[in-house]
Order: sequence, then structure tokens, then C-alpha cells
Amino acid sequence: MPQLTETADWPTPLKPGAYEDSFLLGLYERMVTIREFEDGVKFLFLEGSMPGTIHQCQGQEATAVGVCSALREDDFITSTFRGHGHALAKGLTVESLLFELFGASTGCCKGKGGSMHVGDMSKGMVPGIAIVGGGIPLAAGMALAYKMRKEPRVVACFFGDGAVAEGAFHEGVNLAAIWDLPVIFACENNLYGASTRVDLVMRNARIAERAATYGIRAETVDGNDVLAVHEATLAAAADCRAGKGPVLLELLTYRRTGHSRRDACHYQPQDEREAWARRDPIERLGARLIEAGAADAARLQEIRREVQAHFQRAVEEARRQPMPAPGDIADDVLA
Amino acid sequence: MRRLSIAEALREGIAEEMRRDPSVFCLGEDIAVPGGWGGAFTVTLGLEEEFPDRMLNTPIAELGFFGAAVGAAVAGMRPIADVQYGDFLFLAMDQIVNNAAKLRYMSGGTVSVPLVMRAPVGATGRGSQHAQSMERYFTGVPGMKVVAVSNAYDAKGVLKSAVRDDNPVLIFEHKLLYGSKGARTEPGAVDATSEVPDEDYTVPLHRAAVRREGSQVTILAWLLMAHLASQAAERLSAEGIEAEVIDVRSLSPIDYETIGASVRKTGRVVLVEEGPRSGGVSAEIAAGLMEHCGNDLLAPVVRVASPDVPVPFTPVLEEAYRPDVARIVEGVRRVLRD
Ligand SMILES: Cc1ncc(C[n+]2csc(CCOP(=O)(O)OP(=O)(O)O)c2C)c(N)n1
Repeated sequence: MPQLTETADWPTPLKPGAYEDSFLLGLYERMVTIREFEDGVKFLFLEGSMPGTIHQCQGQEATAVGVCSALREDDFITSTFRGHGHALAKGLTVESLLFELFGASTGCCKGKGGSMHVGDMSKGMVPGIAIVGGGIPLAAGMALAYKMRKEPRVVACFFGDGAVAEGAFHEGVNLAAIWDLPVIFACENNLYGASTRVDLVMRNARIAERAATYGIRAETVDGNDVLAVHEATLAAAADCRAGKGPVLLELLTYRRTGHSRRDACHYQPQDEREAWARRDPIERLGARLIEAGAADAARLQEIRREVQAHFQRAVEEARRQPMPAPGDIADDVLA
Repeated sequence: MRRLSIAEALREGIAEEMRRDPSVFCLGEDIAVPGGWGGAFTVTLGLEEEFPDRMLNTPIAELGFFGAAVGAAVAGMRPIADVQYGDFLFLAMDQIVNNAAKLRYMSGGTVSVPLVMRAPVGATGRGSQHAQSMERYFTGVPGMKVVAVSNAYDAKGVLKSAVRDDNPVLIFEHKLLYGSKGARTEPGAVDATSEVPDEDYTVPLHRAAVRREGSQVTILAWLLMAHLASQAAERLSAEGIEAEVIDVRSLSPIDYETIGASVRKTGRVVLVEEGPRSGGVSAEIAAGLMEHCGNDLLAPVVRVASPDVPVPFTPVLEEAYRPDVARIVEGVRRVLRD
């Protein structure tokens, strides 16, 4: 079972001057935005005002924000059914996301995507691919296009530990490897695929070790340390842009919510949940910010309140958004 | 004008499109190995000499390279993916159906997937897993176009249209129609060569083609069956029965305008399909005819199709499997009796 043995349980203090305070506060705000968004959406969903199903990412904010903050604006990400955090981290607005979840025609996919397919090409995010592993070869193909056109872009491909068992993982990673494609395979190893623990379905649950099979570089990263993820992604992106081929990042993290809908998550042992709760990515960055004097507790509280207020305003707006007309059903099937 | 085989015409079409547009490239297994086959049926033979960076040999990984083709298309390229044998489309099904055909719609029209997929089909002495007629599995998938080509002129023109189309387009080709030469020759092949002009031209993706005019009955067929239908019509003509033969060609969407005009003239329809009868494309067309021109039908439609069995290997059974000229003639006689 993957444990965080190789990384300290609590990150080392911030090196003075290594980062601008505004950058660090930006990371903090994004993670808080994702957490508040997900908690708010959960409420709306349970209350019954939001249609469909939801797969949420509370606890995994540092993987989304750590990866995306290391990318350039015109780099792309591919995502999964669990894409709200990726979307917010890549720069989609709370509004365009929320409107989409409500099914409004003003949502990021005009209401035709929904929770599992959020994305926005103009922000560098392909709509989420909800078939486990399905985005992996696709990301390789996008990177192939950039390589063929000699564009210095990279693609960060998010997927879960469960996807590693799919043929698409093997085929996609192998293609990216043989063609030296600029793909960052960002595996969010949250220890569970739906309700199944990763070690029940994998003899080798240390996913980074798979990279050797394909002849590519890999790293296991503390996925609850946003700066560790950011730095690993920066290095991976630099390798990609230098033509060194793909990099696999195994981001160890934990889902602090059910898999989907009303999943009460009884399969996660109590002590495990508590241990990971103590590693909460937002609290960890917050503590480091305070320790380094980049912000005080009041400032962090203020950020949270602003984010909450923004979310509430967005919900009010979302409730007033136009729904697509039934007559529009056949739009966008073919070009 | 020159007379070209389907394989030659496709090769020429691919080369011309790659010259015209640098975003066009090919990927597939064995498609660009110097001294190799040029894909399983010689279509891409030698293209790697002119386009060394745009003819990509892939590992044997259909899901992977179809997925990569979808991704490249999403990122603005115009890939042509070659699947060797249509049967292997099943391995790439997820990428084709769940990604290629849906990304435009579920993104609210903001993602384009200008992808061309080429798939050889048809029973040719190889047994059940290299023989299927795959059309049925894709014609019911919204978000993509499906075309079946039966002569060299069409093959080149359709390919060029498909490359320029902003949608995923799946082109079915028949192994017995390629006219491949040398070691890749197919025993039992039918001559599908045609005159191909030197200048640039395209063939629309949504139009059926009337191959033979006739007044008494309409025979609808595609791929190899379109040729057999024409042969059947010649035989019937000797008996004084004039059949109109339509190469349906565009399987999704289906051109009910051309087909309907013929049915209004003849009132009788025989549908010919290689591939099992149950759940076939001809079932869909039969239902479509009821909706579009049911009142013009003077007799129930007749379907000539293969039995509901996997394609058998032994030649005697493969012969019995696939509709032939005699069965088509018999189908026409049946629809005229009613
Ligand atoms: C091919 C496929 N099989 C099954 C599912 C149903 N399913 C949705 S999410 C999921 C678990 C995925 O686990 P993982 O890849 O680890 O991602 P995580 O949920 O942990 O983010 C399953 C089985 C699916 N969407 N696609």
C-alpha cells in the first residue's frame, strides 16, 4: 500500500524568498475556491436543486492546483469524471462551471457536458473524459500534434489510480514514450477506485514504478503538498519542452468525500481518514504561510470568506440562467 | 485520365491531401515501413518517402493510436487512421464512439474532431475475425459520418472530402475491391478500377449514386454488393426486367432523396447487404423507407443478406454465407411476384 514514507508528514518550512507571497496566496485561494465550490455543490446536490450526478475532489486540491499552476496558459490538460478541481485550477470561472452543473445554456459546454465533462478549449482544458483511462491516449495525440507543429506546449493528463489497470493507460503511455511526446501523466493516486482500494486490485500499487516498463522518468510526489506538486510539474514540463519525452507523476493524495452522489464512504477506515485529514492540503499551506509571515490567520480567513461570498453570488446567478431550448437538441452534433 | 485501382486512388488522394495541408498525417500499423506492405492492403505504399515525418508507424495498439488520432484532431491536426482490418475497430471502439463522436456535442460545439478513419471490411477467406462487415456498429452513432466506397473514383473523392470535413468520418473499404497487387492480391477480387481525373475533385459524403437506371425495381447495395447488384441487374435485363441499381455509399447520413426518387419510380425495393441480416444497415434503411416513402411502395421490401452466423472459413461455407448474384436475382424475382 503506498504510504508517504519518503516524504515528511509535514512539509519543511518555506524557504524565505523562494516564492512571491502573492503567488503563494494565489495557490491558497485557488485551493480554497475548489474546496468551497465542492462543498457548496455537495449541498446543492443533496438539497436536490442540482441535476445529475457529481464526483468531487475535496482533499485533492493540491494536485489540481499544483499541476496547473506549473503550466502555461496555452498548455492543455485532459481530465476525468472528477474534473471540477482541474477546471477551476486551469482557469475556468466558478460561474461557467456552476452554470454547466445546473444544465444552463450559458455553462462552459452549453449544458451539454455536465459535471463529468466540464472543460473549455479556450482555457486549455478538453472536456472531461468520463471513461476511465480514455483520456490517456487522447492526451498523447494532442501532444503529438504539438510536437509535429513544433509548438512548445505540453499536455498534463489527469487520471486516477484505477485507470492504470486499463489497456488505454499502457497503450497511451507507450505511444507517448516511443514518440517522446510532451505529456505529463498526472496520476492522482487517491488510494481508491470507486470503493475499491488500490492494493486489492494491483500487486504493485506503487504506480511510479510502472514508468521503468516504458523507459520514461517518473516521480512519486506528496500530492497533498501543493508546492511539491508544483515543483515536480515544473521539472516535468521542462523535460517535456526540452524534448525528453513524457514524465509520469504519481501524486499521492486522498479523497475526503464519497466517490459520487450520496456515497457515504464507509469503506475508508476511520484511522486512515483521520490520518489524511491531518494532512489536509489547504491547512498545510495555510500553516506554512503563517509560519513564514506571508499571511496571518485573519488574512486567510478573509480569503475564505471572499471565496464563499463569490460562490453564493454565483449560485444566485446560476438559478437565473437560461436553459437550452428543446429545439436546440440537434445543434453541435456535426460541424 | 488514368485507370486506377481503389488502393492506388486512395494512395493518390492521401498524398494530394498531405501536400495540400500540412496538418494531414497518417498513422497505423505497418503503414510506412520501407520495404514493407504500405498497410495491410498497399494503400500507403511508399508514402513515407515523400512524407517521412507524417507517416507514423504505430505499435499494435488500436485503442491507443485511435485515441492519439482523436487527440491530434482535437489539437487541430487532420489525422488519417488506418485500422488494417475493420474487425479491429472493436479494440478502438471507446475512442471512436465515446470520444471522437461525442466531443463536439458534449462541449457545446467548441471541440472539433476532424478525423478520418479507414477500415477494410468483407469476407475474404480469413475466417471469422478478419471478415466482418462493420457498418452496422457505427451507422447508429450520432456525431460521425459513415461512408462505404466501391470504386476508385469514389474512393479518392470521398477520402479527400473526408479529410476536409470537420467531423469524424469512417470510410469502409472492401478487401475484394482494392485491386491490390503482388503478394497482397486477394483471390476472388472484383474489378473496381475506374477512370480517375488528373485534377483535384471531391465526392460528397452524403450522396448515394445511381449506378444503373431501371424502371421496375430498385436494388440498394454498397461495397462489394453494389458490384454484384449491377451484375444481377445485367442478368435480369436479359430476361426483360429493368432494375435500377443504387450504390447507397453514404451509410450515415443516408441519402433518402436519391433513394426516394428511385422508389417513387419503381415502387419495389431489394436491399442487399453483406453481413448478418439481423440488426443490419438494411434493416435501418427498410424502416427509413417506410417513413420517407412508404406510400410509394407497391410491395414489401425484400432483404438479401448473410445468415446470422459468424463468417465461416471454409470456402464452401463462405460462399454460402455471402449474398451472390443468384440470390440477388432471386430477391428481385420475389419482390416482383408480390
Ligand atoms: C471504463 C470505465 N469503467 C468503469 C467506470 C465506472 N467508474 C467511474 S469512476 C470509477 C473509479 C475510478 O477510479 P480512479 O481511476 O482511481 O479515479 P478516482 O475516482 O480515484 O479519481 C469507476 C469504476 C468508468 N467510468 N469507465
